Amino acid sequence: MKLYDSVELAARNLRESVLRNSLTTLGISVGVASLVAMLSLGIGLQQLASRRLQRAGLFDTVVVSSRRDLRSFSREQETEGPAPAQSPELDENARAKIAALPEVVEAYPDLRFIAELRFEDKPHLTMIAGLPLSSKASDGFEGMQGRFFSGDDAHEVILQKMFAAELLGKSAHNPDEINVKEIAGPLIGKQLVLRYAERESGNGGSDSASYSVISRELPLTIVGVADLDPDSMRGNFRARLFIPQKLIEGMHAMQAYESRDSTHATSNQPVYSTLVARVSGAGKVDSAEQAIKKLGFNTFSILDATKSLRRFFAILDLFLGIFGSLALTVASIGIINTLVMAILERRREIGIMKAVGASDADVRGLFFAEAGAMGVLGGVFGVLMGWIIGRAINFGTNIYLVRQGFSREDIWTVPLWLIGAALGFSFVISLLSGLYPASRAAKLDPVQALRYE
Amino acid sequence: MGSATIRAVDGITLAVEPGEFIALLGASGSGKSSLLNLIAGLDSPTSGSIVVGERNLAAFSRGELAQYRRYAVGMVFQSFNLIPSMTVLENVELPLRFAEVERSKRGAMAKDALERVGLAGRIQHRPIELSGGEQQRVALARALINQPSILLADEPTGNLDSRTGTEVMELIRRLNESLQMTVVLVTHERDLAEKYAERLVSMGDGKVIGDQSNPARTLARGES
Ligand SMILES: Nc1ncnc2c1ncn2[C@@H]1O[C@H](COP(=O)(O)OP(=O)(O)OP(=O)(O)O)[C@@H](O)[C@H]1O
Ligand SMILES: [Mg+2]
Repeated sequence: MKLYDSVELAARNLRESVLRNSLTTLGISVGVASLVAMLSLGIGLQQLASRRLQRAGLFDTVVVSSRRDLRSFSREQETEGPAPAQSPELDENARAKIAALPEVVEAYPDLRFIAELRFEDKPHLTMIAGLPLSSKASDGFEGMQGRFFSGDDAHEVILQKMFAAELLGKSAHNPDEINVKEIAGPLIGKQLVLRYAERESGNGGSDSASYSVISRELPLTIVGVADLDPDSMRGNFRARLFIPQKLIEGMHAMQAYESRDSTHATSNQPVYSTLVARVSGAGKVDSAEQAIKKLGFNTFSILDATKSLRRFFAILDLFLGIFGSLALTVASIGIINTLVMAILERRREIGIMKAVGASDADVRGLFFAEAGAMGVLGGVFGVLMGWIIGRAINFGTNIYLVRQGFSREDIWTVPLWLIGAALGFSFVISLLSGLYPASRAAKLDPVQALRYE
Repeated sequence: MGSATIRAVDGITLAVEPGEFIALLGASGSGKSSLLNLIAGLDSPTSGSIVVGERNLAAFSRGELAQYRRYAVGMVFQSFNLIPSMTVLENVELPLRFAEVERSKRGAMAKDALERVGLAGRIQHRPIELSGGEQQRVALARALINQPSILLADEPTGNLDSRTGTEVMELIRRLNESLQMTVVLVTHERDLAEKYAERLVSMGDGKVIGDQSNPARTLARGES
């Protein structure tokens, strides 16, 4: 029998006992719906988490440290490259080498120090960090008031909003309470004076540890107030005041961690504690890390840190999927039950079909078509139902989030592949469920079946 | 199943000529239907052979038997065995689906067959809306649709009154004469057998206990 005929006869049979078959199909729909709702919740939560990480903006950076540095990022024993004692220093030479790697867009030292500054004759003490011009494109500066630095060594400064509030004499504990627009207005265009300690290398003496510290003052113009989260995961945003990268490099300021580690000041060449290498894409982070490790340095990237997060979500998805599938298993038992009942009911009909020339395969195909049709219908309704359920959950959650003072988030995503997979899955499950009833129907002895009243 | 082995059909040797009209007679339980099912390829013998044309049905696979039922034999039963959820036309068309005849040709073929049994006007009705005689004629049309050379009828008039029974038998006789179909008729009505069959085979206890040509019918044929 041709497929079209099987499907047509199957559709006719489904219509014959429409209530029972609708209920069975509803069962499949519920199974598919629960699978779709569960998985889309899992996917949605995962996307939410990685969106958060992406916003924090660490997916394309590799932090490089020297192996000589005992405070190295990597806790694991490095097996590749030279031993700590022979490993190279993290100096300008190393920086050039790292910057020359094909995966690396730019490499700059992570410079930060604590300095005093005066604003409207009041002293403040804070952490200052350098930012390369490329940070302008970073999503970390979304919502910034004012503008970014006009040049790589402009005497300009961008404030983190908490610090900006402090300058204005406002104290706030929750960064979300601060309206960037409000506080940026009175600050932008104003001057502040930075007082910092410049390190000058030793005055030619044999004592390699000797260097002098000169106090300097630098007037700077406030050009922007950033809406940055002070607890942002992004390392080089973890400061309260930013100045252009070239400017900070030229300052030879004493680093926050330098006073204890005087070996770093032996030559005129600056030696950095950490370099930040910006990679051309998240996909290149792995190979960039490998290449930098080959040069003899330690590396750290957020991708390492998200590995366990991704593992967590894989397991979560698995469990959500198992729970969703459980409902579908119940539904597939429903299909088997319905079809076995149908065999009993249509015994005589099967006998008649065989008597007029139906082969085993024809009968089997007919039952398969019935199971498949229920699977397809159940799948379509199930996806629709799951979508509506997910929408409802998302809607409810958002009402809750907004009431609690959070911004709305999509915790629920139905990707196209999930729809396709759910449809395919329910079709395959229904065919599998049809396997037993179909082969039972096909094996019916026609003489017995015809005798059946 | 049971402890005793029942030999429904036991040690029968029977040869039927092409185009012959034979009747299987016998008491209830004598094995008439069992023999007919063997000839129809609905059942397989535990031993022995059933040769149709040149081929031995006993050696057929299930698939080959289905093929044989589809093209070589047509069957009608005492209880009509129409599918109640299908219309008359769909019932008659059903074997064409299994024979994978093109959809466009099926309707016309089924109507032809229904015309042959005089039911062209009732094609969209359900079987239960028809009288018994009409239902049996639909079953006959269905049996003919794939143009088999053998017609097997198991008590085709058993559920009909004598007038409609005669109508159906006349139809079968016409098929036998005009299409040269071989007809095997199972009945326990001796009168009916004597009226239509050329040869009367009597069965008892699964065995053939009598085999004679029907003098009345042979004579009638000679006259016509
Ligand atoms: N599947 C079966 N299992 C057990 N016994 C069977 C089976 N099929 C047929 N028989 C037995 O075989 C014998 C022949 O049965 P069959 O139906 O061929 O008789 P019949 O001559 O057609 O009778 P009737 O005129 O009542 O239709 C009977 O005794 C019947 O009980
Ligand atoms: Mg019988």
